[in-house]
Amino acid sequence: MLLIDCPHCGPRAEIEFRCGGEAHIARPASPEETSDAAWRDYLYLRRSPKGLHLERWNHIHGCQRWFNVARDTVSDEILAVYPMGSPPPDLGRT
Amino acid sequence: MAENFRLAEGGRIDRERPLRFRFNGMEMQGFAGDTLASALLANGIHLVGRSFKYHRPRGIMTAGPEEPNALLQLDRGGGRSDPNMRATVVELIDGLDARSQNHWPSLGFDIGAINDLLSPLLPAGFYYKTFKWPASFWKSVYEPRIRAAAGLGVAPTEPDPDRYLHRHAHCDVLVVGGGPAGLDAALMAGRAGKRVILADEQSELGGGWLARPDVPLALAGRLTELATLPEVTLLTRTTVTGYYDHGYVVALERVTDHLADPDPDLPRQRLWRIRAREVVLATGAIERPIVFTGNDRPGVMLASAARAYLNRFAVRPGTRAVVFTNNDTAYVAALDLAARGVGIACIVDARANPEGAHVAAARAAGIRVVTNAVVAGTEGRRRITQAAVARLAGDGGLAGHLGEPMACDLLLVSGGWNPNVSLFSQSRGRLRFDERLQAFVPGEAVQATSCVGACAGDFSGFDGDPAPLRPLWAVPADRPSVRAKAFVDFQNDVTAKDLGLALTEGFRSIEHVKRYTTTGMGTDQGKTSNVNALALVAEKLAKPVADVGTTTFRPPYVPLAFGAIVGHSRGALFDVVRRTPMHEIAAAKGAVFEDVGTWKRAWYFPKPGEDMHAAVARETAAVRRTAGLLDASTLGKIDVQGKDARTFLDRVYTNAWSKLAPGMCRYGLMLGDDGFVMDDGVTACLDDRHFHMTTTTGGAARVLAWLEDLLQTEWPGLEVYLTSVTEEWAAIAINGPKARDVLAPLVEGCDLAADAFPHMAWRPARIAGIAGRIFRISFTGELAFEVNVPADRGAEILEALLEAGRAHDVELYGTEAMHVLRAEKGFIIVGQETDGTVTPLDLGMDWIIAKKKGDFIGKRGLTREDLQHPDRRQLVGLLTAEPERVLEEGAQLTEAANPAVPARMVGHVTSAYHSPNLGRSIALALVEGGHGRHGQTLHVPMPSGQSIAALVTKPLFIDPEGSRLHG
Ligand SMILES: [Zn+2]
Repeated sequence: MLLIDCPHCGPRAEIEFRCGGEAHIARPASPEETSDAAWRDYLYLRRSPKGLHLERWNHIHGCQRWFNVARDTVSDEILAVYPMGSPPPDLGRT
Repeated sequence: MAENFRLAEGGRIDRERPLRFRFNGMEMQGFAGDTLASALLANGIHLVGRSFKYHRPRGIMTAGPEEPNALLQLDRGGGRSDPNMRATVVELIDGLDARSQNHWPSLGFDIGAINDLLSPLLPAGFYYKTFKWPASFWKSVYEPRIRAAAGLGVAPTEPDPDRYLHRHAHCDVLVVGGGPAGLDAALMAGRAGKRVILADEQSELGGGWLARPDVPLALAGRLTELATLPEVTLLTRTTVTGYYDHGYVVALERVTDHLADPDPDLPRQRLWRIRAREVVLATGAIERPIVFTGNDRPGVMLASAARAYLNRFAVRPGTRAVVFTNNDTAYVAALDLAARGVGIACIVDARANPEGAHVAAARAAGIRVVTNAVVAGTEGRRRITQAAVARLAGDGGLAGHLGEPMACDLLLVSGGWNPNVSLFSQSRGRLRFDERLQAFVPGEAVQATSCVGACAGDFSGFDGDPAPLRPLWAVPADRPSVRAKAFVDFQNDVTAKDLGLALTEGFRSIEHVKRYTTTGMGTDQGKTSNVNALALVAEKLAKPVADVGTTTFRPPYVPLAFGAIVGHSRGALFDVVRRTPMHEIAAAKGAVFEDVGTWKRAWYFPKPGEDMHAAVARETAAVRRTAGLLDASTLGKIDVQGKDARTFLDRVYTNAWSKLAPGMCRYGLMLGDDGFVMDDGVTACLDDRHFHMTTTTGGAARVLAWLEDLLQTEWPGLEVYLTSVTEEWAAIAINGPKARDVLAPLVEGCDLAADAFPHMAWRPARIAGIAGRIFRISFTGELAFEVNVPADRGAEILEALLEAGRAHDVELYGTEAMHVLRAEKGFIIVGQETDGTVTPLDLGMDWIIAKKKGDFIGKRGLTREDLQHPDRRQLVGLLTAEPERVLEEGAQLTEAANPAVPARMVGHVTSAYHSPNLGRSIALALVEGGHGRHGQTLHVPMPSGQSIAALVTKPLFIDPEGSRLHG
């Protein structure tokens, strides 16, 4: 069970959180001008990398705030926690 | 029975506290401090069970948790029965009742042993090959017989009467294992002021030291100092079973299993859930057996186990032993046994020129040592009687027997030592094959994990060195008999031959070989067999062991009782139960409840003599004739406030909210961005910046989370605040032509007349003296009001309405009647008519999609080509040709009455009921191009072979003009 450092509440056990999948999936600003293919990608296409993964987490059984997490999917190490709307920090890896 | 094999003195047992126990009904005696295994051995019992597949006699092989054979059924009375308990770790208690498993009619004479003779018919994977045809035999014949014949113990039939607790703990350093290396690690951390938990599986700390003839004084010194360190917690009888992410470790503490008469206030076991900053693994090492013909007879034992029984428990495990080894450690056992009067027939050492202090000591003690030799076979039915010794030839084969077989009743084996890397591997640490030890040792750690002592491959604290050793995984068979068996996995009866067969049949990956042969898949998880199996596979593939790799070590390290895993979460505490404020009234009125999410909702209210059908018929008729009362409190309710609340609603609902005036409500559909229906509900405008949203009962939490997600991540600029108020309000719906007449006398401050209070309006009011809100909304198509009052006044208001309704023949109705009534009107239920792939257009609800407003969630999704396709499944009504015939929900629809198989299915039934108001069955269905099929007849093929014909109609069966709504 992961130990996730909620930016508002501190480190808490994974069962208090809900994972919201890949981060930085921007909703197209002008949906009506977005092609079907681009809209499909926005809806359904997600990465499943071995290694660094940027993902959204919600402290659903705590402060209920969303934030971003950079996690290594191989080791499960959490490399960074950063706010919604911020670009990912430079972790020196892809 | 007398303890013929107990030494007169020594050991760590308490001779002042004799304990009585039974084994297979025989009365026996042991002492406090014994394990069940040591007590059995003290009574001369080696044969304790029959093996899984061949029903071969098996004895006690180890003195620890790695035991594959000595699995017993223990009964502690009062429904407390545990199968597959390892006798080697069960502490003896007075009155313990132990039985051997997997035999009939008795342990000594077992009919199933015929499998041993039939073994040529039972090779690896036999169940994949033998029981294939005919297919129908699998369920009826093969599986029941295999299940009856296989399996070891008997699962208890009574609910577990014991209590189990969970405890959460945090520490700087968790030390696993209380041997010398673990104690030193705990001391170092404790002296540095760190918060330390040391967990050890045994009844006392000391680990390998406890098996020495004289336990070092250093043990007492370390324990004394540890006791003075306030931040150090010592847990005995506590086995770490799992090492997960981020230093999360689970350990099982056996709190009262070792007590004959425990304090009833104590739990049986306690599951520790520990978060540790650092973990030190001092888990020691496990001795390896050697694979040779007849290596499974009772009396064949790991050398270190025999030494532990001798020194710690003062038990002579036999009278005359042969010792078979490829390393020095077994010499130490032989010398200890010899010193306590056990005859050592011979030490058979596979090494050509063993030397060093222990070998010299054995020779000096007059023990015969034969080198470059192996045990080639054993004899003895229920206990070993002799061992045949052979010389090794230069090519690794046998070079002929060395004289006659040696008589013995004990055969000690040591094939080297495996560092106990199970937890290290669970923590995702990588393993490395150490050529010197011929064993896997910890490599690179992934977490803050360190290994010490034998776990790390450091055997400096050992008596005798496991290296140098001569790698010896399997002794070649000297008799090519089909019945000669050399076991690799004792618990699952996997032989060297089985592994060879798997390779011959083309399996290469060790994970496949494992599954095909089931090696390492017993309750012992291959603690004594995995490395031997790997090495044998490597040998046969002519690859280095390191290249074959290991199989995965999985938690739990030892089996856990289900009770320990679930803790308090059983029975009434298994899950949350939510009851509405009016629950007790409904119960008193005889309601039958159904589960909707975590809620208990009144399903129907049978009167005496009524079944569900009759009750629902009465309730639905009452709503359309007079009026009915429904507890609607479970609907999700979300308070939406803020200056951008209206904009927010415009974006999350498909219709327009910009002009909804205070005092009015609107029905809304919520879509996902894919265009599919996600939830629905009515939202009321309280004032320009304040709305009261309702959601489906089951969707309440999901919708709130979804809306929060949008506000926090998509539109952080919107000033909107969401609060769940589901449990703040009690809600009662009054539906039917008499609704106004029932309600009006109770209402103050609000005119209920149609022109003053139109459909889809809401008004604040006092109802029966209670300040609340009235919404004019209808889910039945009847004149209807929904009364909301603070939750704690709900029961009061329902009583008042029931009282007021008595003169009008008002009935309480439940969710089943609610479903029938809404289906008569073709109103959808999200999750019933929709399944996450249904659009508003499919539902014929084009009217709810605003054409003029800007973007909303789902708008772009709806314009995708597939979602506009005319042949999508669309909502229709169905009327069966036989009016009494009620369709099955989920049934498939076809165009032909008797379609050829595979039939093309053009739709499915989503809702189907008998409608008392129409006197016939009705159904809703999703049908390909359904909106254009009105008037067609479709068919519902049933498993009986008969098809049911049904006419496709509009999904609206009653009051098509909607006149009743505005009554
Ligand atoms: Zn938080």
